[in-house]
Amino acid sequence: MSDKGVAAGLHDCRKAFAETLAEMARGDARIVAVCNDSVGSSNLKAFQQEFPDRLINVGIAEQNMVGVAAGLANAGLVPFVCCASPFLTGRAMEQVKVDAAYNGYHIVLCGMSPGMAYGELGPTHHSIEDLAWMRAIHDLTVLVPADPFQTREAVRQAASAEGPVFMRIGRFAVPAVSDEAAGFAIGRADELRGGSDVTIVATGTLVSRALEAADRLAEDGISARVLNVSSLAPIDAEALVRAARETRGIVTAEEGVPHGGLGGAVAEIVAQAHPTRMKILGVTAFAPTGDTAFLLDHFGLNAAGIEAAARQLAA
Amino acid sequence: MAEQPGDTRFDPARLAAEATEVRKRILTTIGAAKMGHVGGDLSVTDILVTLFFGVLNVDPARPEMPDRDRFVLSKGHCAAALYTVLARRGFFAEDELASFMQPLSRLNGHPNRRKVPGVEANTGPLGHGLPIAVGTAVGAQVTGASYRSFCIVGDGELQEGSNWEAAMFAGHRGLGNLTLVADRNGLQQGARVADTNDLSPLGDKFAAFGWEVRDIDGHDHAALLDALSRPGEGRPVFVLARTVKGKGVSFMEDGVEWHHGVPTPAQIDAALKELSR
Ligand SMILES: Cc1ncc(C[n+]2csc(CCOP(=O)(O)OP(=O)(O)O)c2C)c(N)n1
Repeated sequence: MSDKGVAAGLHDCRKAFAETLAEMARGDARIVAVCNDSVGSSNLKAFQQEFPDRLINVGIAEQNMVGVAAGLANAGLVPFVCCASPFLTGRAMEQVKVDAAYNGYHIVLCGMSPGMAYGELGPTHHSIEDLAWMRAIHDLTVLVPADPFQTREAVRQAASAEGPVFMRIGRFAVPAVSDEAAGFAIGRADELRGGSDVTIVATGTLVSRALEAADRLAEDGISARVLNVSSLAPIDAEALVRAARETRGIVTAEEGVPHGGLGGAVAEIVAQAHPTRMKILGVTAFAPTGDTAFLLDHFGLNAAGIEAAARQLAA
Repeated sequence: MAEQPGDTRFDPARLAAEATEVRKRILTTIGAAKMGHVGGDLSVTDILVTLFFGVLNVDPARPEMPDRDRFVLSKGHCAAALYTVLARRGFFAEDELASFMQPLSRLNGHPNRRKVPGVEANTGPLGHGLPIAVGTAVGAQVTGASYRSFCIVGDGELQEGSNWEAAMFAGHRGLGNLTLVADRNGLQQGARVADTNDLSPLGDKFAAFGWEVRDIDGHDHAALLDALSRPGEGRPVFVLARTVKGKGVSFMEDGVEWHHGVPTPAQIDAALKELSR
């Protein structure tokens, strides 16, 4: 998990996150950051220097952290809770459900370094269940920005949203994938590539790999549509049903378990509206030791793996 | 604890010598991996060495023997220290330490019970170890087994509420067969424990929950041997081990930047020289 330098053209979304949070905090005194001994890992050092009174570090105590955030929201503040995603979602799940969502408090839960970002630190630190867990909670908006543009927009829109929001803030370096002119909208999937044979639905780190897979398929005359689902809840059911109707099958790809997350969400929708063949790609086991890129390859969560799955459905 | 055949309990001087070797090996291992949690590894080394070479009834040839003492390293980010001690105690070949955190290695950044002999429980998310150790201790009460249960937590880790639920229950059950060691180095990941969410007076808190408190210098092997060897009498034992993060390497000692800072090759050389003196 060493902070290897981010290669040219790639981005650590935590940077966009921290800059946007500070920018908003300058104009809105209600914004506070809440963390669990994670000032460094959440990139909040500059925020802490600029707003020492608005950085609330509860220590290593994630359940307390989310409960405290609910109380802060009650007091009229807008807490951005910043914590490594496995511990924020897993450890404090009931607090997320009851204290945040059931109460309807406006809290922004920021799952830092999700998926397998902490590669070598191992399965305890791999946040592969978070989407399945968070998606199960009513009234919780679940966002997975795929690049810095989407990260900035997700943070801005979450700040003025109603009710609680969970978002993943990636650490693994990604290229810019979104069409900035089209903007970012909670509840909308973005069609990044048109296509008529097969649809690839991806989220987060897998979006750029889905585009690569589509390029490879195009070389063989297979036309693959690529949808970026950066809003898992609410989800763009219309775009998914359209894909089920207009193409021969749907591949989903996510840095998470193949049950309950993006794949589960898409399957639930198309099974009820327009059943179609699907392949759900994800992290299929507790991972062996390795860095993030190694593990993504290990589980076939790369262009080649997506391409192979799409070929089977396009056939 | 009855001596086992082939069991060589170390005296304080031998424990100190062993700890120095462990520290050197931790530094070279982390240097090679370019990852790890060196500060907490060096702080917990003397406690681990005393347990594995002086106290625990474990058998590297039979890591799953039913009457083994149970040991859980709750501060699982210090896997490098645990792996080093396990290797030197004979649970696996020392050469394997070179694979620490490399692709497909057994030696992941946090301990894995399914892969590494001698690891009792998977840890890494803080606040899991003590409840498990309480469970193994209650299990011995229920089954009449005579083994003891041990757990090491970081002091920052004690901010997790799960520890206090377990501490309360252990006191209530009068678990004399349970010993918890707090590696009280005063630092956590990003700052001092006292500046984040202070735990003082730590010993009093455990005492209030019905524990016997032994307040010692966590780098003094004689004190560690004494505190760890004696079970509690009808009460769980809390060893408040006062330690220094980065212990043994002057430029790392008590510096929060060494929580997961990785030393350069030159820094490792300097550290090894210092430890060899
Ligand atoms: C539940 C949970 N929250 C946060 C972390 C991240 N983390 C890893 S080590 C650490 C600091 C631990 O401090 P301490 O227990 O004092 O350990 P030591 O100083 O002995 O290394 C933190 C916050 C974690 N591993 N688990």
